[in-house]
Amino acid sequence: MSILSLHDLTVRYRHTVAVDRVDLVVPEGQIVGLVGESGSGKSSIARAVVGLAPVSGGRIALDGRDLPRRGRRRPVQMVFQDPYSSLDPRMTVGDSIAEAIPHRLGRAARRSEVERLLHLVHLDPARAGHRPGQLSGGQRQRVALARALAGRPEVLIADEITSALDVSVQGAILNLVRDMQRELGLSMLFISHNLAVVRYVASRIAVMYQGRIVEEGPTAEVLADPRDDYTRQLLAAVPTGAGGRRPVRSAESGCD
Amino acid sequence: MSATPAAAAEPGRATAWWQNRWVRFAARRLLRLLVSLWVLVTAAFFMVHLVPGDPVRAALGPLAAADVVAARRHALGLDDRLLVQYWHFLRDLCTGQLGDSIGTQLPVGQIIGQRLPATAELALLAFAVAMAIAIPLGAAIAALTRHGRARRTELAFAGSSVVLGAVPDFVLGVLLVFVFAVQLHWLPVAGRDAPSSYVLPVLALAIGPAAILSRIVRVEMLAVLDTDYLRTARAKRLSGLRIHLVHALPNAVTATLTLSGLLLGSLVAGTVLVENVFAWPGLGSSIVGSITNKDFPLVQGTVLVYGIGVLLINTVVDVALAVLDPRSTIGVD
Amino acid sequence: MKNWSRAVRTPLGLTGFGLLALTLFTAVFAPLLWGHQATSFDTDNMLAGASAQHWFGTDNLGRDIFFRVLVATRLSIALAVSATAISVAVGIVLGSAPMLLGRWLGRPIIGLVNTVVAFPGLLLVLFFAVVFGVGAQGAVLAVGFAGAPVFARLCHTLMAGVAGRDFVAAARVSGVGSGRILIRHVLPNIAEPLMVNATIGAGGVLLSFAGLSFLGLGVQSPAYDWGRMMQDGLTGIYVHPLAALAPGAAVIIAGLAFNLSGEAVARSLGVQIDVPWRAAVTPRRRRAPAAGARTGPDTDTDLVLDVRDLRVAFPHGDAEISPVRGVTFQVHRGEAVGIVGESGSGKSLTALAVADLLEFPARVDAERLTFLGADLRDGTGHRHLLGTSLAVVFQDPMTSFNPAHRVGAQLAEAARAHQRATRAQAWQRAVDRLRAVRIPDPRRRARQYPFEFSGGMRQRAMIGMGLMGTPKLIVADEPTTALDVTVQRQVLDMLQEVRAADGVAVILISHDVSVIAEVCDRVLVMYAGRVVEDLPAGELADGARHPYTRALVAAVPDMRSDIDAPLATIPGQPVDPAHVPAGCAYAARCPLADDRCRAQDPPLRTAADRSRVACWHAGEPLPILSDLAALEVDA
Ligand SMILES: Nc1ncnc2c1ncn2[C@@H]1O[C@H](COP(=O)(O)OP(=O)(O)O)[C@@H](O)[C@H]1O
Ligand code: SF4
Ligand SMILES: [Mg+2]
Repeated sequence: MSILSLHDLTVRYRHTVAVDRVDLVVPEGQIVGLVGESGSGKSSIARAVVGLAPVSGGRIALDGRDLPRRGRRRPVQMVFQDPYSSLDPRMTVGDSIAEAIPHRLGRAARRSEVERLLHLVHLDPARAGHRPGQLSGGQRQRVALARALAGRPEVLIADEITSALDVSVQGAILNLVRDMQRELGLSMLFISHNLAVVRYVASRIAVMYQGRIVEEGPTAEVLADPRDDYTRQLLAAVPTGAGGRRPVRSAESGCD
Repeated sequence: MSATPAAAAEPGRATAWWQNRWVRFAARRLLRLLVSLWVLVTAAFFMVHLVPGDPVRAALGPLAAADVVAARRHALGLDDRLLVQYWHFLRDLCTGQLGDSIGTQLPVGQIIGQRLPATAELALLAFAVAMAIAIPLGAAIAALTRHGRARRTELAFAGSSVVLGAVPDFVLGVLLVFVFAVQLHWLPVAGRDAPSSYVLPVLALAIGPAAILSRIVRVEMLAVLDTDYLRTARAKRLSGLRIHLVHALPNAVTATLTLSGLLLGSLVAGTVLVENVFAWPGLGSSIVGSITNKDFPLVQGTVLVYGIGVLLINTVVDVALAVLDPRSTIGVD
Repeated sequence: MKNWSRAVRTPLGLTGFGLLALTLFTAVFAPLLWGHQATSFDTDNMLAGASAQHWFGTDNLGRDIFFRVLVATRLSIALAVSATAISVAVGIVLGSAPMLLGRWLGRPIIGLVNTVVAFPGLLLVLFFAVVFGVGAQGAVLAVGFAGAPVFARLCHTLMAGVAGRDFVAAARVSGVGSGRILIRHVLPNIAEPLMVNATIGAGGVLLSFAGLSFLGLGVQSPAYDWGRMMQDGLTGIYVHPLAALAPGAAVIIAGLAFNLSGEAVARSLGVQIDVPWRAAVTPRRRRAPAAGARTGPDTDTDLVLDVRDLRVAFPHGDAEISPVRGVTFQVHRGEAVGIVGESGSGKSLTALAVADLLEFPARVDAERLTFLGADLRDGTGHRHLLGTSLAVVFQDPMTSFNPAHRVGAQLAEAARAHQRATRAQAWQRAVDRLRAVRIPDPRRRARQYPFEFSGGMRQRAMIGMGLMGTPKLIVADEPTTALDVTVQRQVLDMLQEVRAADGVAVILISHDVSVIAEVCDRVLVMYAGRVVEDLPAGELADGARHPYTRALVAAVPDMRSDIDAPLATIPGQPVDPAHVPAGCAYAARCPLADDRCRAQDPPLRTAADRSRVACWHAGEPLPILSDLAALEVDA
């Protein structure tokens, strides 16, 4: 669909530089994974792109043109981490989704559009009349996805969308993300602190550390042959998963 | 999400003096005090100018001769342009001059000086009594009634504190006078002389706030008792007494202290009413007369003194908080 | 609205709303019914005491005080309500300034509001009374404006709370404008607390008014409200106390009516906020049935912890729920046992029950619950044993230290309490323990407060705290969930080291299978308050036999999972402890479930290799994943 590119992007809050002259490209129809520890600036990038954080320097472009960050039509949409706070508890699921449809539609057209979107995220269209309180975390995150898709975005940003979910539904959401990306050909920036999750969904990976991108490349290459020190540290820290055990380190002098 | 610079995680390195958190805290607090003071002074100044019509005419009454009014206007400097008046007002304030009372012709500073001690005494005593009742009571009730234990005690406490908290201090004053002075003759009806004459006014002022404050202490204590760090303390298998007194109480009191500044402020204001009930010779019994008589210099002066009192109290509370809870110095504005 | 109607049904609400209805009724009808009696002079009966004719006596013009108090209700309430309306309206406008006008205009407005709020209400009232002049109208404006800053701040705080939520950000991102966000998202979400506060505020305003009129600055005769009547009555309190006390009582009753109603609603709102469950000190314990209680003395000297048929129950309405329903396991010296499962499966409750940290109203039952041979079911006799031999590490290092005390002191006090160490010795040991968990410069760090530590350091310090004694068991409940991977690695390594060096047993709870697989020897898989499988950690990947365990492992990608295959999913939702189904609790979500599963609960059977599993179809092949995916709709 479209190429999202960041040139020299800087995001500064009052006392800190959260994003420090970052260059990053999300190529057409691909998922780029962004990893790094908490506070490294991942979410700041996401929020800057969708207009929720100030851009103190640099440029955000979509297909080479400056990205509109105000107004009704937003070609980049975002899904948030916590599905318990990203849906208005007083609005029905259908209303939340309908609100995000940029053009005015008749009542019937709106209904069928909401149904189409719910169907797209594998939810029963009858859920449209429910309130978020009646849904589980996984279901809410599906609604949040449907709302993001309602804007017919060209690029989707997913910010830690599985980390507030229970392990049992994480997998389902990840499957959905991959299916949707394939079906709709979306370009996507997928943010996570979990390397294994990023490895599973993303074709390219960017590693962030203290506001900078320290390494970027095709997922398989970066994971197999990390060039940056921090990337190596990060990889070494990941638990190896069911089946493999690391050797127990022997006690060192400090410990008696 | 923002990148925390390594310095934040690594405190205690050699830093310039202006980076010291105490210095920063003091600077921030001083700035806030100055801004509040400016707001107060400006409000006091404009208060008189916001009065519809001519304040001097209003003060002297419709029967006063026009030239008397004009002369008084001139004497008060009300003929000057507003900014000039403002400037004079500020200048006089800095030299401690508050003007003369229209009613008695005495300097306002002198009148206030005579009456301030009585008010301050009353407010501080009442505050001390309120705290002395509220903190132990609230903490004990919290510890006893947690998790729906001792339902009756909780209900009795909730009921009586709601009722006592809803009784306005002057109604309570009247009630106390009726019971202890009129009916029982134990204590004097009014005035400020023997120690016994302090009892009723102080109680009238203190009981309501004590009821409200003890509820706050209880809620804070309950919240603290439910924190993770209290669970940690229990996991250390400390004695119940130590858990409550050393781990819970300081945190509950810190949270309460934030509110006690507001409370002391409203105690100060409450003196106005209570002084009128007990004919207490403080600022409160004079301000009412000066408002009805439109004695604006005196009103202005009194409002300023009250306001400054409240500001000082808030500053003292903040400093106390900073000492008790080091986190508060790293200031979230 | 649901909350309001629920609030009315509580005793507090019943009293409050009852009084409120009575007050409003009087305000509306008293002047119509008794207006005449209240103003007619009875010149023969001036300043009379209470009598059958005049219940509360008469005033100096011989007017009936009882009726005057009733009639004055209308004016008193009307003034209070209109002043509150002014406060709330002005408050909303000022409070929403930052949202509507943007930061540059909004910030100074809120700054001013915050400055003014510091001044007590009565002072502001006096200020505005000067400006607006003496009299009822002036007083309404004075009280109204004086109350505005409080409401402005309240609105601002509430709005900031809502505006910080992601759903507002989400609306922004989809291009919804500020005004619409304010009306559609923000105001509806703050309406309820605002209304509660306005109701309570009206009570306060009523008192302010009475105060003003009492001072002679409010209502002027011949009009009268309660404050005015008290003022008139005070002079004669010696001869005729009721003249002052009756209107005083009216003020109190009306004030209470507003306060109690607001309070009742606030409480019922509070009930909705789901209070996260916490641990506490002294659990109510019940001995297990006598038959099971007698188990022979232990010959197994390596046994650290022995748990048999552990149950944890909570009162739930009139009934009881049991989030832990019969858990049995043992932990041996130096062994690391992991517990995995979805949230709500009872992992934390099991850990806390074992650590003897559950309190009223939780009820712990067990056939056997011994730690180092001591029976934990018999109450408080084991303080020192637990204090020195059992260490606990909790999930959130940010909140698990007491913010008011220095880190060193928090470590040291355990040694003071249980080892009779002197202050200096205890401190020395604390510094030493901080060094042992690799806190750099421990001498200086010990003197610092928790907020000066980073998250990873705090968690290590927490482990250090457990090492103050000579622990035989460390119970760690999600110790790394709140931490970054690199920090998680340090903490896990630290646990491993302690274990290897001193032969300390570890119970590690985590929802992350790969963490458990890496650290532990053995894994307990919990579902709906039971252990459904107990197996060596090394076999999690290939040797698991329970369908739930297998799904749990396959649902989470690790660094070796096949990126071309879809992940396994577990359809449906975890079991609500209030509605545990008959038969196997997992049946509704299990691809192998059959009629037998739905009817009969599978027992936890021990196999020859001492692993245990509770499933009628343990180890049977699961349908292939793509079929599973079809099941996932609506999960
Ligand atoms: N105080 C309580 N009252 C009622 N139910 C509770 C209470 N505490 C916990 N529960 C319930 O017990 C179940 C298990 O909780 P928990 O042990 O915290 O699970 P886990 O640690 O596996 O996430 C949950 O369903 C929870 O709702
Ligand atoms: S007993 Fe039946 S329903 Fe339960 S886990 Fe085994 S196969 Fe599934
Ligand atoms: Mg848990």
